Amino acid sequence: MIDINNVNKIFNAGQPNQVNAVNGVDLHIKNEDFLVIVGANGSGKTTLLNMVAGSVFPSSGTIYVDGENVTKQPDYRRSRSIARVFQNPMSGTASDLSILDNFRLASIRTKRKGLSIGVNDTFKNQVKEKISTLGLGLENKIEQPMGTLSGGQRQALTLLMSVMDSCKVLLLDEPTAALDPRSADIVMRTAEELIRDYRLTSILITHNLKDAFNYGNRIILMGEGKIVKDLEKDQKSALKQTDLYDWFG
Amino acid sequence: MDFYLTALLQGLCFSALALGIYISMKIFNIPDITTDGSYTLGAVITAILIKHSQPTYVILISVVLAGGLAGALTGIIHTKLKINALLAGILVMTALYSVNISLMGTSNLPLINVPSLFTLINISANLNYNTFWILSVFVIVITLIIGYLLKTDFGISMRATGNSESMIRSLGVNTDRMKITGLALANALTAVSGYLVSQQQGFTDISMGIGIVIIGLGSVIIAETLIKWLKITSIWLSLVLVLGGAIIFQFVLAITLDIGVNPNLLKIVTAVFVLLIVSLPRISFKGNQND
Repeated sequence: MIDINNVNKIFNAGQPNQVNAVNGVDLHIKNEDFLVIVGANGSGKTTLLNMVAGSVFPSSGTIYVDGENVTKQPDYRRSRSIARVFQNPMSGTASDLSILDNFRLASIRTKRKGLSIGVNDTFKNQVKEKISTLGLGLENKIEQPMGTLSGGQRQALTLLMSVMDSCKVLLLDEPTAALDPRSADIVMRTAEELIRDYRLTSILITHNLKDAFNYGNRIILMGEGKIVKDLEKDQKSALKQTDLYDWFG
Repeated sequence: MDFYLTALLQGLCFSALALGIYISMKIFNIPDITTDGSYTLGAVITAILIKHSQPTYVILISVVLAGGLAGALTGIIHTKLKINALLAGILVMTALYSVNISLMGTSNLPLINVPSLFTLINISANLNYNTFWILSVFVIVITLIIGYLLKTDFGISMRATGNSESMIRSLGVNTDRMKITGLALANALTAVSGYLVSQQQGFTDISMGIGIVIIGLGSVIIAETLIKWLKITSIWLSLVLVLGGAIIFQFVLAITLDIGVNPNLLKIVTAVFVLLIVSLPRISFKGNQND
């Protein structure tokens, strides 16, 4: 589903503050895989994810998503198959817009944003129904601005928004980093459910080793822009949580 | 009383400008001061085409296209060349001065005793009343169009662009193109104000646009203060308040002149008034400065 071939990313090339964020990464992610990426700060995880999303372009190498070469395709075009949840809840939703308007935009992610009014009663009911599956009681607040909700609620809604329109790949960049443990748990469980129900191919970046242990069927450890460890399905399930802590030891 | 009627008429003329600033400043979060140039551009094109006896709808379309072009130019400079929006606006505004004076060939064109938008239909024998009715209908139609636009899928994307760029890009919107379109729309509206004012006051002057952006800003800031106080989230009410802001602004100026303040001091009164409106909410909520 996602093929990353010998990708490099150098920031500020040729200057004293040059950073080799990603160094010759080869990574092939199969359809419906749930890949977890762990690694210290500055190990290149987020840069790699941003290159898959298209908000950063590689300095060299190629990226294929669903058989299509997307190496130089901007993020707003890749969004036809890729949905994202950001670390900052503000980045994934528009605060001043109502929940309903946020969902409207999400429901036409892969389509033209035309000159007709798409928010009607049918749509409202559809959104209410979706939101009620979260069990957070937000279905009666859909006219409220997104900004009135907590970070956890916003992240849960962002997840839900990603499956409002056809979606193949879900990118999760530390979606729970800004949340309290309880909200984080709700968000991660929602993510897992959606990934399973919609059969998504997904990448999760996390610093939470418990999540890294509990979720996903493949795990990689990144360091200095390279893949240091790569454990496939069987190896990951054989992994103990303490082994993970040792990786960072 | 005629004095205040004129203020009302001017307020209505400037409501298109206020809507334009509302779009660039509040919806897109871009400080756009192409305004001074595109406003005059609208007035200049109106004057020239009236002199060439063009029908008023042809003039209106030309004005909208010209204003849109000016705004799009600012948008392209801002997004494609990655130049600060404020500077991009100043560049286009400065260039437009030459465009305007070259087009007009003179610094002032009187439009007396020529057919205009306000002589199109005769509702009342009094020219001012006639102008009032035509202007009101005109402004209502513009507001309805903009209100509808902001409710559409395209409009929601516009609002999201100024609010959370990362989000709307991940939802498939080319934000550069959206900003260019938004600035084009804002300046088309501004040019329409030039179209209205030149016909209402009966002349176009090359310097009529100098500092005009403050009228739009003032109107929007009045509206925004009210929107915050009354906790309004409806798009329609917000637009109505922007129109109200434009009219209140002209009334304040009219009252200032009426109580005998030297017209030379009008600009300082304007500046102080806008400052007051901006700072008022902060002064009255001194208790929670962190808000």
